Amino acid sequence: MALLDVRDLSVVFKRKGTRPFTAVDGVSFSVEPGQTVGLVGESGSGKSVTSLAIMGLLPKRGAEVGGSVTFSGTELLTLSDKQLRDRRGRDLGMVFQDPLSSLNPVITIGLQITEVLERHRGMSRKEARVEAAELLDRVGLPDPGRRIDEYPHQLSGGMRQRVLIAIALACRPKLLIADEPTTALDVTIQAQILSLLSELVSETDTALIMITHDLGVVAGLCDDVNVMYGGRIVERAQRHDLFDRSRHPYTHGLLQSIPRLDAPRGEPLTPIRGSVSDNIEWEQGCAFAPRCPNATDVCWSDPPELKADDGRMLRCHNPVAIGDAVTEGAL
Amino acid sequence: MSILSTRKADKIDSLAEGGTSLAMDALRRTFRSPVAILGLVIVGLFVILAIISPFIAPKDPYRPYPELKSELTPSNIPGPMPGFLLGSDQNGYDFFSRLLVGAQQTLFVGVFATLIGVAIGMIIGGLAGAFGGWVDSVLMRLTDIMLSIPSLLLAISIAALLPGSQWTVIIAVAMIGVPVFARLLRGAMMAQRSSDHVLAATALGVKRKTIVFRHMLPNSIGPVIVQATLTLATAIIDAAALSFLGLGDSDWRRAEWGLMLGNAQELLSVKPSLAFFPAIAIIIVALGFTLLGESMRESLDPKNRR
Repeated sequence: MALLDVRDLSVVFKRKGTRPFTAVDGVSFSVEPGQTVGLVGESGSGKSVTSLAIMGLLPKRGAEVGGSVTFSGTELLTLSDKQLRDRRGRDLGMVFQDPLSSLNPVITIGLQITEVLERHRGMSRKEARVEAAELLDRVGLPDPGRRIDEYPHQLSGGMRQRVLIAIALACRPKLLIADEPTTALDVTIQAQILSLLSELVSETDTALIMITHDLGVVAGLCDDVNVMYGGRIVERAQRHDLFDRSRHPYTHGLLQSIPRLDAPRGEPLTPIRGSVSDNIEWEQGCAFAPRCPNATDVCWSDPPELKADDGRMLRCHNPVAIGDAVTEGAL
Repeated sequence: MSILSTRKADKIDSLAEGGTSLAMDALRRTFRSPVAILGLVIVGLFVILAIISPFIAPKDPYRPYPELKSELTPSNIPGPMPGFLLGSDQNGYDFFSRLLVGAQQTLFVGVFATLIGVAIGMIIGGLAGAFGGWVDSVLMRLTDIMLSIPSLLLAISIAALLPGSQWTVIIAVAMIGVPVFARLLRGAMMAQRSSDHVLAATALGVKRKTIVFRHMLPNSIGPVIVQATLTLATAIIDAAALSFLGLGDSDWRRAEWGLMLGNAQELLSVKPSLAFFPAIAIIIVALGFTLLGESMRESLDPKNRR
């Protein structure tokens, strides 16, 4: 049985005086124990909202969550606040994008770790402190015995993210959601944090949902990849299939817009034209149609369904022809 | 100084000192400015004076002296004479001693008025910020009502309702501060509610009580502390104003600058210094607290980080 099963998840933001906005629309995917699943898309594609909905972190008022999220057999969306609080941090962990603002600036990092250990693992303050130092050591924070009493602003960005990972993994959750964990870090640190994450996750057999706009991150880490556009999944494939033979014009465009080392010098990058604001409604047709090089009349009038196609799921009327793709090695 | 070199300096500092909290950091930044140091010196001297004045006052401030009293007539109040540096007040007491001891009474009124205002304001603002929703709406409309009444008018109304005593002044002045502190804390806590680290704590299943007391409140308290420092200045002035209007302490003998100023108003033509010295003392102290508070506010404002 899947560890996490997301079925037909939808999130609609409703505010007085404005049109309801559908941020996530019929998203379904599942995560097996120990598996790493990527959720890829540009800003506004609904990937972060999806993760917040899974964690039950969306505001009660204003956000309407539909569908179902089952975590090892339990429906999360109907749990009470208290039941959900008991599971958060213990069964489900989350690492956020900005490590500085995700840490409380006025208390020591040690306290921020022990707080979770005391809460979910019933440790005493002393036991928790010892465990916290061990955790900090495990995420590769130098000199954890001293660092444990420092404040977030005294740490570097990479160290902060390590602390956040230590906090998220403190109670050995079965599922970790990492929401763009490397976006705020510089490239060398990014690689360290990613390899740390994948190491810890495979060591503890934790399932990981990696949310990112960076296909490079996905290439190195994920088993399965879901590409989201305009709140819907447009393509789902195994990592190699996706990179070797991307079929959706959006995925294809994303891959082509990445600079390649093996490309001849001076060859221009191929951006995806337009921006997310050009979308049409999914009810009308394909939301990507206004930006799609392959768009035909049918794309503007008939919303495509997510269909199985050659070992993957694809939501497109005019997929990219096989053999016209970018190779993974280029990244 | 460039951002880079400050960062470096901060790093070296923090390495040397081990754990320095954000508050310490802000304090250090505060006292880089000469204005802040001036404020601190004034406030410091005032506090020291308030503590030691009963011991250093040359004469008993609560007792008339025959050598002063003998020369006291409705049209003549004795000026400086040997042993009495500033001469007599209108009752034959030693004016200089009363002025010194006045620091203590004035500080007492200012501090307690501010503390009570902060306490009540923080309870209201804290509840509003922690619960939000209708609790917030009700409490904030209440503070709106309080804010809509001009502050001195509010204090006068309260002082007029209560019997004339020192605590009446304190409570009346405290009420001026209540809505200000309530709004301030509520606003800061609302900002914290939607902050990343509170979201992160929520994502870890931390209990609501812990989130409020450990994650929201300590991060919201900065502006309240700054406002409290500034309020000390206005509290002393407001207390003086109430005394001046005759709504203050009914004990005319108490050596408190506001009261002394109020009682001297009919004697401006006879001996102006009776009003002048308490007034100057109030102005200097209020200035000291204002300078200190303003520079604290500036250094806590992230936009002003240098």
